[in-house]
Amino acid sequence: MKKQILLIIVMSIVCSGCTNLGVQPWERDLLAKDEMSLSSSPLDSALDDHIYFSKEASSGGKGFGGGGCGCN
Amino acid sequence: MQLITDKQQGEIPEQKINIKAALTIATTALFAGIAQADTLEEDNWEFDTAFLLYSEVDRVSAGEVILNAKKTYADEEVLNLKLTIDALTGASANGAVAQPYVQTFTRPSGNGQYDIAAGDTPLDDTFHDTRVQLNAQWTQPISSDYTGSAGIHISKEYDYLSIGINGNLAVDFLQKNTTFSIGASYFQDTFTPEGGIPKPFASMLIGDSSAPDWHEDFAKTRIGTEDDKTTTDVLLGFTQVINRRMIMQFNYSYSMVDGYLTDPFKILSIVNNEGLAQDYVYENRPEQRIKQSAYLQSMYHFDTTVLDLSYRYMWDDWDIESHTIDSRLRIPLGTGSYIQPHVRYYQQSAANFYAPYLMQSDFESHRPEFASADYRIGEMTAYTLGLKYGMKVNNGHDLSFRLEYYHQAPTDAGFEAPGVLANEELYPTIDAIIAQVTYSF
Repeated sequence: MKKQILLIIVMSIVCSGCTNLGVQPWERDLLAKDEMSLSSSPLDSALDDHIYFSKEASSGGKGFGGGGCGCN
Repeated sequence: MQLITDKQQGEIPEQKINIKAALTIATTALFAGIAQADTLEEDNWEFDTAFLLYSEVDRVSAGEVILNAKKTYADEEVLNLKLTIDALTGASANGAVAQPYVQTFTRPSGNGQYDIAAGDTPLDDTFHDTRVQLNAQWTQPISSDYTGSAGIHISKEYDYLSIGINGNLAVDFLQKNTTFSIGASYFQDTFTPEGGIPKPFASMLIGDSSAPDWHEDFAKTRIGTEDDKTTTDVLLGFTQVINRRMIMQFNYSYSMVDGYLTDPFKILSIVNNEGLAQDYVYENRPEQRIKQSAYLQSMYHFDTTVLDLSYRYMWDDWDIESHTIDSRLRIPLGTGSYIQPHVRYYQQSAANFYAPYLMQSDFESHRPEFASADYRIGEMTAYTLGLKYGMKVNNGHDLSFRLEYYHQAPTDAGFEAPGVLANEELYPTIDAIIAQVTYSF
């Protein structure tokens, strides 16, 4: 139950400011750079996901975490 | 070290185009049914390649190659094809505890045995596997603010087959400053382990594997040759541009795994009050696991450097909770090169059925429904320290090198260590080196 409350609080904080946030289309110079992409190194992420999926009890979060190999 | 002469440098663009042309032909031919055959003049395939080496001290070593081909069509439709090949070899903990004398274990196949020296953590050194994985993903705008994506996945290794599909829909709001997305994936995995599926809590048969009745006795510890599991994931995403320098993402994911979740190669030691192993039994895990996670990521552009910071909280119905903090700072060095330090911290609690060993008296009086000594579902802390160096080469192509150190420290979740176990290392640490080269063209 604590987790659900925490989730709602985080979502509320994130959402409450939405209307005041953001940029105009001509202000996207920095955001448009490759290194500002939320998945700027997809191959690194794929390789890391495979390692940590094999060695730890958690997976996913950023993307889908299920299945794929018999390494766990 | 510079090994390329001026003459060779002059030849590189031609050679590079040839490689790209060859890969383009190969890729379009391979996926002719999916991709339209386009003329090479368009030349809008992008290739990313990576080679990774993963090596643990005294344990597993793995090599992995990824070839990713991406084609962007008119109207922003994107086809992404990915081939992954990896090979793994080395030793893996079998779950038994160290003892002050030599221990003998039977290999998972039932063919032969191996000895572990006194005081050593029992490792089975017969692990070797090669895996080939193919992914195809199609992404396209559906209307001005809607983007759809669908993909397929197939992965095959010697004893494992995984087939999966996924779909995702993203909706942009407020001049694309806010994006909501919903995605789902479904995997069907089939496991055909060497030696078959062991009977839960059956004693490991140890003795003369060349004896005439060995195979018959070994078969009594098995319940089948293969088993399967399905994984259903739902992922809700929310992305928000904060200002000119910052973007954030919040994801919630729900994952339901059903089927065979036991590791057929893992055993538990049954110890007496003196901590001496009396028996080894095959582990048993529940047939369902529901995992949930909340993931928060932010990208922040300082004057020149970019900070990528993320946190994941995961919890499941096996009572495992984990916290992961990951940060990368990209520092430009001029002329397109950069260095990127990486720090990752991970901490997890133990599954409610995890036990480093089982007490003989408890096991005989009330056998647990589930038990596993796999340290990967035990209490653990881990960290990764890494450095990446990237540079521009050959007309703007990207070349990067990554070197990382990964340290895992399983910790005691409050189990007593009776008798001789007090003097044995029950929670050995694991150190690994990760080295990677990536080239994009």
